[in-house]
Amino acid sequence: MAFLVIMAVAIARQHNLFAAVMLTGIFSLLSAAVFVVLDAVDVAFTEAAVGAGVTTVLMLATLGRTVSRQRARRGRPLAALVVCSGVGVLLLYAAWSLPPMGDGASPANLHVAPRYIVDSPREVGVPNMVTSVLASYRGYDTLGEVTVIFTAGIGVLALIGIARRSGRGR
Amino acid sequence: MNRHKILRVVTGLLAPPILLFALYVQFHGDYGPGGGFQAGVIFGAAFILYGLLYGVARTKEVAPPAAIRSLAAGGVLLYAGVGAASMLLGANYLDYDVLAADPVAGQHLGILLIEAGVGVTVASTMIMLFYAFGTRD
Repeated sequence: MAFLVIMAVAIARQHNLFAAVMLTGIFSLLSAAVFVVLDAVDVAFTEAAVGAGVTTVLMLATLGRTVSRQRARRGRPLAALVVCSGVGVLLLYAAWSLPPMGDGASPANLHVAPRYIVDSPREVGVPNMVTSVLASYRGYDTLGEVTVIFTAGIGVLALIGIARRSGRGR
Repeated sequence: MNRHKILRVVTGLLAPPILLFALYVQFHGDYGPGGGFQAGVIFGAAFILYGLLYGVARTKEVAPPAAIRSLAAGGVLLYAGVGAASMLLGANYLDYDVLAADPVAGQHLGILLIEAGVGVTVASTMIMLFYAFGTRD
């Protein structure tokens, strides 16, 4: 966690965008490690692959098409600092009233989780409970996610892919 | 990118195992961490790695953009189609129980199919984005 904070500060202070992208990749890898520590292996897997791998490559490709240095900014971004610290304090205050991690009596663990744990081996028969929740019980949500990914890809293509092809014959 | 001989050789060696690992993650998602999203990203990453070292043009020969575009749509269609199929068989949308003789086998089949749809869409969207960003003017 301390490394995460160090990385975030380093990214914010970095003016060379190339280095900032690399640091973002390291940040993703570190948060993947945090997810592993929290026993969320599936999330860690996704974070490591998407955040540290593919996003970094796409950002680098974008840098290759634009410039890799941030323009120096004049003046102190005081308003941004105030908003960020305000939201941060609010989030910390809210986190204070969250139930402790691993608390069996927290609302999240009492609502549908027991039913998934007790009934999913019989109803779905898939040993990885994350998969049975994701693909079967929450099938609608996952369909929505896939549609979002597809729509986002189509959107990017509509913005930069097709326009260029018709414009310069490539 | 013609100079990086070591990187090119290593990529050539690594790309097939990465693809294989992606398939493992895809089909082992029922038993361990993994599934369509992760497998799709790894599959796409293998193509992106190849494209970085060997050039986008050569990657496009392996995975033609038109095919990738249809695959991206096909994955979503497969997912939604499984839902429609279960509806046609008389159950609720995306209720896999009716896809096979007994409910648990139906669930297995349904999850396998929709995870395949997820994986195909994610992988081809990644490759599609890489093509869009990676093609130099």
